[in-house]
Amino acid sequence: MAEFRLPKNSRIKKGKHFAVANGASNVRRFAVYRYDPSSGENPRLDTYEVDLDSCGPMVLDALIKIKNEIDPTLTFRRSCREGICGSCAMNIDGGNTLACTRSIDSVKGDVKIYPLPHLPIVKDLVGDLTNFYAQYASIKPWLQSRTPPPPDQERLQSKEDQELIDEPSACILCACCSTSCPSYWWNSDRYLGPAALLAAYRWLVDSRDDATGERLDELEDPFRLYRCHTIMNCTQTCPKDLNPAKAIAETKKMLAERKY
Amino acid sequence: MSNHGRPLSPHISIYRWPITMVLSILHRATGIAMSVGLIVFVAWLFDAASGPESYAVFQSVMGSLTGKLLLIAWSFAFFYHLSNGVRHLVWDTGRGMEKDEANRSSWLVLVGTLVLTAVFWWAAA
Repeated sequence: MAEFRLPKNSRIKKGKHFAVANGASNVRRFAVYRYDPSSGENPRLDTYEVDLDSCGPMVLDALIKIKNEIDPTLTFRRSCREGICGSCAMNIDGGNTLACTRSIDSVKGDVKIYPLPHLPIVKDLVGDLTNFYAQYASIKPWLQSRTPPPPDQERLQSKEDQELIDEPSACILCACCSTSCPSYWWNSDRYLGPAALLAAYRWLVDSRDDATGERLDELEDPFRLYRCHTIMNCTQTCPKDLNPAKAIAETKKMLAERKY
Repeated sequence: MSNHGRPLSPHISIYRWPITMVLSILHRATGIAMSVGLIVFVAWLFDAASGPESYAVFQSVMGSLTGKLLLIAWSFAFFYHLSNGVRHLVWDTGRGMEKDEANRSSWLVLVGTLVLTAVFWWAAA
């Protein structure tokens, strides 16, 4: 059900302010969501002033600079710093994206950084993605084939067949899309969300997969698939420019077409 | 689902609404508004069936400024729900689902609704 207000333990309090040392001319303020599980206190919004003259161009550069030079207690996930691992997904300036590919310059005013929306928070910008991964596993993201492979070669695909799965295969499971979706906010216990559904679509259209019928059976459910109301937040926010909303529409079409 | 007493990260209060999300919520809101408007529609039929006196009361209420504004709002809700409903039908065929297409059709629906509402009241006047 739609719960618009945050639970009592989740309401955000005013936090600390970390001023930059004197003499810096190119200063930006970063307002960052903080939550310390050992304190027993509510989350808070800390503000850090960062001298951009000695900082890399991306929001992730600023976060790393804050952690290295201002406040080592700040916690966030990051790894590849080039938009392929999906670790540093967070809500920046109101939209979900990767901190490593979002430039500081593209944000007007203070840079507001929150964890991905509507997740249980482990610490600071680290959300608990257990449910998200379980949903991904539930769509059986592997090749299910009944026919034996050719004895002397791999299972070949035509160029056109490969192109069908090119885009959905490029998903890095950063969870930006699913956590941008209001339907997923209110129903993540039963609605699979755009990321898992995009992955499901990737196997539905794979010419080598023989389990299309079973996969569609699993999705034919008022919640798992049909909680998608084409709000389009997933496609609007995807940092890899993929289109989960379209994949879901195509899946609904496949379900409708096999009936008639 | 246990979350170990962890706080929930903020969602609707911090999310910057893309235009497609605005239209999606407006679709639901206009649907509800139209359902409420049906009560007035039933009252209109009821008063018409009850005779000239009760019909005159209905007319004076709906003819007031508040009544007229409500009627305009309901006609807006109707034309919005209709236009956006057509957009949903097109989407169901798999068309118009690219990001720029959806953004453009959002504006098309909004402008179309305003035009339809204006034409409707111009024709009624």
